[in-house]
Amino acid sequence: MSPRRGATEEFTSYYGRPILKKPTWSAVDIAGYIFAGGLAGATSMLAAGAQYSARPSLERRSKLMALTAISASAVALVHDLGRPERFLNMLRVAKPTSPMSMGSWILSLYGPLAGASAASNVLGILPRAGRACGVGAAVAGAAVATYTGVLLADTAVPTWHDAHEALPFVFAGSAAASAGGVAAALAPVAEAAPARRMAVGGAVLETVMSLKMERSGKLSAETLHQGRAGTLLRLSKAFTVGGAVGLALGGRHSRLVSTMCGLAVAAGSALLRFGVFEAGVASTLDPKYVVVPQRERADEAARQREAAGA
Amino acid sequence: MSVTQLGMPSIGVPRKGFFTDTSLCIGCKACEVACKEWNSVPADTSLELTGESFDNTSALGADSWRHVAFIEKQVPAADPSAHDGVKWLMSSDVCKHCTHAACLDVCPTGALFRTEHGTVVVQQDICNGCGYCVSACPYGVIDQRQGDGRVFKCTMCYDRLGAGEEPACAKACPTKSIQYGELDELRERADARVTELHERGEEGARLYGHNPDDGVGGDGAFFLLLDEPETYGLPPDPVVTTRDLPVMWKRAAGAAAGLLLGAVAVFWGARN
Ligand code: SF4
Ligand code: SF4
Repeated sequence: MSPRRGATEEFTSYYGRPILKKPTWSAVDIAGYIFAGGLAGATSMLAAGAQYSARPSLERRSKLMALTAISASAVALVHDLGRPERFLNMLRVAKPTSPMSMGSWILSLYGPLAGASAASNVLGILPRAGRACGVGAAVAGAAVATYTGVLLADTAVPTWHDAHEALPFVFAGSAAASAGGVAAALAPVAEAAPARRMAVGGAVLETVMSLKMERSGKLSAETLHQGRAGTLLRLSKAFTVGGAVGLALGGRHSRLVSTMCGLAVAAGSALLRFGVFEAGVASTLDPKYVVVPQRERADEAARQREAAGA
Repeated sequence: MSVTQLGMPSIGVPRKGFFTDTSLCIGCKACEVACKEWNSVPADTSLELTGESFDNTSALGADSWRHVAFIEKQVPAADPSAHDGVKWLMSSDVCKHCTHAACLDVCPTGALFRTEHGTVVVQQDICNGCGYCVSACPYGVIDQRQGDGRVFKCTMCYDRLGAGEEPACAKACPTKSIQYGELDELRERADARVTELHERGEEGARLYGHNPDDGVGGDGAFFLLLDEPETYGLPPDPVVTTRDLPVMWKRAAGAAAGLLLGAVAVFWGARN
């Protein structure tokens, strides 16, 4: 049971107790899962581009990075279950109304593709099939990087649900930023131009869309500015914007700048996921985010009914 | 876009439900006890007193499938020299067995399902404790059991219904505040009861969750309340989250397509 909040005068509640249940998910597992999944998905796009543009070093490192990241994300996802040994029950059904079900299927498609293309590249076997898998992983990777916005938004958690139109774009930008940043840090400068561009483009999309989400005017959006979530999101912007500016200006010239700034952009992306996660949790703990908007909606509907009846 | 709207499966006919008439509740908590006994729901280990009137259960959860709320409402005295009065509000809360049940919609394993009585039940041998339903329920009903990992909530005594019995809470309720039956008939009974209370001057009497056109398509367990829903810890106007799911999937598809186009663009004309 969640602790009660101090009762306030502006709205009615039951002893200030929360109406919603706090998410059972742990921040490290689920925010970490969303970050690692986004990193993997967008990195596969870089890998696919690299395999057709004669950037062998970028290709190899991206393919290995994508495989590492998706493995880490799968571990986090299974670890977060109350009954991890029943993980495979996720594949009992395919339900379009359940983003987690869809996500499990997307992951079961993406994971083997990413793995096969990395294996083919490293072992030097079946190069054609390996490249085809690389393209497949890039397409599936786009779904891996964006469905997580729906995963969070398709809940009763006020902050997440209220942001349902923006979240897939926030996460898409953030995924591209992290993938570009990490690849800019890993690959030699001479091959990393697409990675730098992806990092900068992703950072712009991430920043613009998260500002839009934070200024939606919905009551729940205040959780994105307050407390731990607010701190995480402010830090995120500092890292993302600072890293992107550095990459754009100096990434071409220096491996050191490229590495430091690339990792900064990726850190900004990770901080964003943790910030959004924490803000959602905070919005379930205070009944105000449920009662105030719903009371307004109910009163408005009652006024309209009266007007129609009178 | 709920599972119910997609017609998988259609809601059982006749649909069974609860009508909880809080104007009859005396706060005896017999329902809480009967539920725990019949369903072998473990004790909530904390034996703390909350100081919130007679309520030490506090909320529905994995180990509390009925919860009696107690509200001591101040009633200002008409005569300024007299003491203010107190009005007692008591209400036994339960899972709403929603028509458009968010928990059921989002469950990735199919552990949550719609029974032949139209109720919503967790299959405990399938649930893997992913917790999605917990965050999806707009009423904060279902929760994960500590130390077990799976989620639990009211089953409307699925086993008893199958044997033609009424649920344990309804059976134990000494005042018929909790009424079990066919939903259509309960709705008629509830309408009549509200009219009667209004005639007796109980202005605040209202139904909650009875309307099939509300944000969750109406509740299989609905209530007669004497005050605003939020006074009892109920959301005033809940909407099933999956109502917006088509929009969300479209936005995600747009974002994914944008990512792919962006990926092509970053390689286009890149020289090194
Ligand atoms: S009240 Fe919550 S747990 Fe009960 S059926 Fe509705 S969504 Fe599911
Ligand atoms: S916790 Fe269990 S019942 Fe709830 S959504 Fe996950 S698998 Fe389904």
